Amino acid sequence: MVVTQPGELHEEHEHEHVHLPQHRHHFETEEQQREAASFGMWLFLLTEIMFFGGLFMAYLLYRNWYNPAFVAASHTLSIKLGALNTAILITSGFCMAMAVWAAETRKRKALVNFLGLTNFFGIAFLVVKYFEYAEKWHDSHIPGLKFSIADFGKLGVDMAQKTQVYYSLYFAMTGMHALHMIIGIVLIFWYMVRANRGEFTEGYVAPIENFGLYWHFVDIVWIFLFPLLYLIDLGAK
Amino acid sequence: MSTIVSLPDQSTAALPKRNYLNAEHGLLSWLLTGDHKRIAMLYLISITGFFFLGGAFAGLVRLELLTPAGDLLAADTYNKMFTMHGIVMIFLFLVPSVPATLGNFLIPIMIGARDLAFPKINLLSWYLYLIGGTFTLTALVLGGVDTGWTFTTPLSTHYLNTHVITTGLAIFVAGFSSIFTGLNFIVTIHRMRAPGMTWFRMPLFVWSNYAASILMVLGTPVLAIAIVLVVLERTIGLGVFDPAKGGDPLLFQHLFWFYSHPAVYIMILPGMGVISEVMANFSRKRVFGYTAVAFSSVAIAVFGFFVWAHHMFIMGVSNYSALVFSLLTMLVAVPSAIKIFNWSATLYKGSITFETPMLYAFGFIGLFTIGGLTGVFLGSLGMDIHLTETYFIVAHFHFVMVGGMLMAFLAGIHFWWPKMTGRMYPESLSKLAAVTTFIGFILTFFPQFILGYLGMPRRYHAYPADYQVLNVLSTAGATVLGVGYLLPILYLAWSLKYGEIAGPNPWQATGLEWQLQSPPLTENFTEIPYVDYEAYDFEWLAHKQKQEVTTVG
Amino acid sequence: MGISPVLWQFLNKWLTSSALFPKEASTIAPYADALYFFLLAMTLVGVLIVGALVFGFSLRYRKERSPEATQIEGSTLLEATWTIIPLVIFLVTFVWGALLYFRIYNPPANSMNIYIVGKQWMWKAEHPGGQHEINTLHVPTGRPVQLTMISQDVFHSYSIPEFRVKREVIPGRYSTVWFNATEPGVYHLFCTQYCGTLHSGMIGTVTALSPDDYQKWTDASTSGMSLAQNGERLFASLGCNQCHTGDAGARGPNLAGLYGKKVQMEDGSTQLANEAFLRDTILNPSSHVPAGYKPIMPTYQGQISEEGLIDLVEYLKSLKTNYRVQQTLTTATSTEAAPTTPGMVKP
Repeated sequence: MVVTQPGELHEEHEHEHVHLPQHRHHFETEEQQREAASFGMWLFLLTEIMFFGGLFMAYLLYRNWYNPAFVAASHTLSIKLGALNTAILITSGFCMAMAVWAAETRKRKALVNFLGLTNFFGIAFLVVKYFEYAEKWHDSHIPGLKFSIADFGKLGVDMAQKTQVYYSLYFAMTGMHALHMIIGIVLIFWYMVRANRGEFTEGYVAPIENFGLYWHFVDIVWIFLFPLLYLIDLGAK
Repeated sequence: MSTIVSLPDQSTAALPKRNYLNAEHGLLSWLLTGDHKRIAMLYLISITGFFFLGGAFAGLVRLELLTPAGDLLAADTYNKMFTMHGIVMIFLFLVPSVPATLGNFLIPIMIGARDLAFPKINLLSWYLYLIGGTFTLTALVLGGVDTGWTFTTPLSTHYLNTHVITTGLAIFVAGFSSIFTGLNFIVTIHRMRAPGMTWFRMPLFVWSNYAASILMVLGTPVLAIAIVLVVLERTIGLGVFDPAKGGDPLLFQHLFWFYSHPAVYIMILPGMGVISEVMANFSRKRVFGYTAVAFSSVAIAVFGFFVWAHHMFIMGVSNYSALVFSLLTMLVAVPSAIKIFNWSATLYKGSITFETPMLYAFGFIGLFTIGGLTGVFLGSLGMDIHLTETYFIVAHFHFVMVGGMLMAFLAGIHFWWPKMTGRMYPESLSKLAAVTTFIGFILTFFPQFILGYLGMPRRYHAYPADYQVLNVLSTAGATVLGVGYLLPILYLAWSLKYGEIAGPNPWQATGLEWQLQSPPLTENFTEIPYVDYEAYDFEWLAHKQKQEVTTVG
Repeated sequence: MGISPVLWQFLNKWLTSSALFPKEASTIAPYADALYFFLLAMTLVGVLIVGALVFGFSLRYRKERSPEATQIEGSTLLEATWTIIPLVIFLVTFVWGALLYFRIYNPPANSMNIYIVGKQWMWKAEHPGGQHEINTLHVPTGRPVQLTMISQDVFHSYSIPEFRVKREVIPGRYSTVWFNATEPGVYHLFCTQYCGTLHSGMIGTVTALSPDDYQKWTDASTSGMSLAQNGERLFASLGCNQCHTGDAGARGPNLAGLYGKKVQMEDGSTQLANEAFLRDTILNPSSHVPAGYKPIMPTYQGQISEEGLIDLVEYLKSLKTNYRVQQTLTTATSTEAAPTTPGMVKP
């Protein structure tokens, strides 16, 4: 029978926690709410993995077929800029981790500052990316829009044409990654406003934690993209 | 005519004063609601609209096929019709049908929660669905799209001049709606179960929706990226699938079917959940082999991910992968067989009554058995060569999706209608609708199996005259089917105002949802229940009712 | 009694001219039909069992006769039964289907080869003797015929229901199917893969002729030049013979006798020189550099039509010894501009 037990479970918790304004009433306890949010975020990241997974599958297939084209096209990318961006993104990830720490230890000022730093590095990443894309435009390496195989004289014409597949994947993968960065940056601005109001430094840290997961996920995607796109067969240069 | 329907005394019965329908008033209170029940109703209204839109396209397709010559519609119009029929029915009706309406309404109640874990995301799902629907309608108004719902490259990327991008975006957005619904369900089922509601006390409806949610969360993003690449290929000319640039058009089909095969399980699994509930309730018996049915849902979800290439047997996949995928296809057929037998065995030593939901459920079992077994024809490599891309495929798919899923959806709508609205529908009219649907369905789609074996290709605007007789039968059947689908919307709408008051538990069912008032309160439960009985425990129900009588007396 | 004439006509048509099964017109067809009837029987038995259970229980245990339900947990034995029996049946189907699949897609060694080029919305057939057909296909009975097919644009699918064979026709890649027609007659030919506006117009006929009639047809419709002869001219006019001279020290490898051999590649792999290999080597030479040669061959992508490629492939297949190459070489140098078939070489 539906024996209603007058809150045997949640009463316990209510003694431990102060009842926060962010507590949503369909959750029995704040603990439950927090767990649900974090679980949901992990599931969302799983979705994201599958999303990028399709692109990685395509990459694997074509790199196997057109390895010389992939090597040659990859060498037209600037490893320096790529490495710089990797460093920027790792720093940004570190700042994000610090922001989570600040939220957990209830340091409002530090939280806002670290979020700001995270965002600064995120934007810096996009600026560098912009210059890389501009270079591609200048060199006519954008399939469909502006493309020429002039830089790949060493390859046969037929293989040089296949560099278009590499660049298609390069733009699709880095473009999707950049789109995730842009979404993240917009969200951070919003979180900064809310953090400044002190919303996340009174014990309600779930949004910051979960956003941190998202941000780290975007970092990790880049950690895979960098070697796969920039560092192919360096010995062959 | 025996019946278990136990309605309260109609002269005194009244709808509960406070319920989720009248908790707040005004359009905005619906459009900004976080209540899973209201969102379910929003979904119900919108998917019904799209169902009849998709049905209208199907009607035109069948009408064109009445005669062998392409005389009613121009070839490209016909192509647009079947494309829009497929896109609307699959992405805007079948995928959200049971999960987003019945699932949304019932899952939180069935597991003893006040709402889904993320009510705002739930509302967002509905808006995304609407945006997807709007994009589809935009594409339609602008002139339609004629890629077929499969968007095969390079046809869709380079050879057609219709609104592929708009439609692609529609599917992309609607896909996120489905991802968020699935995510919400999984989190809710993991984290929000009431005390005592263990995994094996959950109703099988929850299990099957859980399995479908896994598919939504893991499969849909792959479709999303495939569609993005098609759109990028059309707009700026990236070359991932373009053979002229070195891309492989077959890769698109791999990515597409990686979602779209599991998608048929997204569509059918929740329907199977409905059938489990209905069969148990109207035979007054727990579902035979509860764990087997529960695990078969999960098995379908898991195997469902590894059979996608059976859509491509004749497309030059290697012999080895053809063998592996055919074998796995045979394996995925087994859990469905298990379910069919368990439902049949549920009837054994029951006390069976034949209300409308039960009739639809019988229809489901019959048609799904045929649909499932004809799937084995197609999974069998050599047979697939002759049958694929013919009307046999069309018939098989419609037996599973329309004969199976739509029957299940209607069974569920009729079963939970009293709970959702607090009112009963006219029983004899609804039985008539169920029988009409069944007859119309058989007449429409059975001839298509024969057409398929004769070799009539699908998606043909005109066809050789020797296939006409069967096509005429099919079109005639479609008319009957159309009537069968129009009836429910009429009497269900009527019942909203004039139906008899249902009371909390008209079917004498055991589910947690039936122990609440109909329609339920916005917060479902005033106190979160403690669950100490298993699903379909009719002895517990009998005991409880005896208790109530003693207390009241 | 006024039965409406339309209805009468319909009934008449139904009873007289509506088949349930297509004609069996190839050696494959009986095998396919055998599996089909097995599967039909399986479906029938399955539906009967489920129907008997549902109807039987519904009658026996309806509320009037069985007012009180007996609660039953389940039965592991029964679960196992209806897991294992369907599994076994499905596995039988799998094995049977796989055998049929290999029967349909593995051509016998002695089959004659016809090339099919699909494009929106027509089928072109090219016979080795140089006969061209559009939306028709003439084949002899009693002899295995292999179709080597390719699409110029989108996916198509070549389907002959009376032969129970079908195969996707893919852009940029050869696919094959074979059959052995048993009965002379005219059969449906369909494109079954949706390919755009006039998809349903991409149909035609396959005419199976007795060997004598086929011979007559071949003689009557030849264009005078076999595919290999066309290929020979193309080989010369494209200048292929300047590197592939057939000499030991030539810049390109000797092509005589290449077809059907395994070729050692520069990157260490070996590739089988079949039709697909020959075609792809002309278009994507960089991916097929044989061991010991430099990657200097230019690509002919965009310069040769699919028909031209077929001619070249047929020519290369016909090169059993070096003699013909040498001959082609001299022909090319002596009569400066070798007569080219119009439309074969695109500028």
